[in-house]
Amino acid sequence: MNPKELVCREFVELVSDYLEDALSPADKARFEKHLRECDGCERYLDQMRITIESVGSLSVEKMQPETMDEFLHAFRDWHSES
Amino acid sequence: MQDQRLVESLQAGDEQAFRGLVQKNYGSMLRLALTVIGNRSVAEDVVQETWLGVLRGLSGFEGRSSLKTWIYRILMNRARSAVTGESRRKALFSEQDAVFPETEPSVPAGQFTAEGKWIQSPSNWASSPESQLLSKETQEVLAQAASALPAAQRAVLQLHDVEGFRSEEICDILALSSANQRVLLHRARSKVRKALAKHEEGVK
Ligand SMILES: [Zn+2]
Repeated sequence: MNPKELVCREFVELVSDYLEDALSPADKARFEKHLRECDGCERYLDQMRITIESVGSLSVEKMQPETMDEFLHAFRDWHSES
Repeated sequence: MQDQRLVESLQAGDEQAFRGLVQKNYGSMLRLALTVIGNRSVAEDVVQETWLGVLRGLSGFEGRSSLKTWIYRILMNRARSAVTGESRRKALFSEQDAVFPETEPSVPAGQFTAEGKWIQSPSNWASSPESQLLSKETQEVLAQAASALPAAQRAVLQLHDVEGFRSEEICDILALSSANQRVLLHRARSKVRKALAKHEEGVK
């Protein structure tokens, strides 16, 4: 077996580096070659892409209305002082 | 350029501009502060202090980073100085978590043959209806997986994949090298994917 050939177990560890465009040209070529030849890893990459997209929809903390009032109060104070 | 105009509006006392800026960022700032500090009331205080610090320091904003990055950097400084004692180690996670060897591979070793090939090909998520991924149940799995992550991984995942910060900005905010930032991001994403995969297997 050619030692330069990527196997699936290695492929999954390189996905973020690939998506972040942080692989060296040689590693990127090996990654893309494996991707073309392996259905399993193509699906895995899709799963990671879908995961990233879904993470983007995670909700953040809510703000209480009183909190905004406090902030606006501080803003007015700040502006009148400056 | 837009940042500069916003800064000018704030300095002119434009309340709508300030309200908009706070509204847009408060939730994710609190989430990050919570990740670092672990205590809600302290985290809320830190976010509040951050906004006061932003106003006081506004005339010193030079536009070398985006206004948002600048605000988050103030937040992280405040968060770090707010924690003492036992929790301090956690707040100063920066490089430590990244270089700490992860015992868990991105995909359990049992899913590969001895040669490192898939025993069973991953299932095709691209064909599952979008509604399934956006379902409340999936959202819960997602939120749970994210909150189970170590602090540094959670912080990087939030800033990168929820907030859309660029990697350089995250390195700047969290004081990480770009290699470590990517390691943390990859570990976080892989764990969340694993949780979604496990959930999906269960649904089938
Ligand atoms: Zn493969």
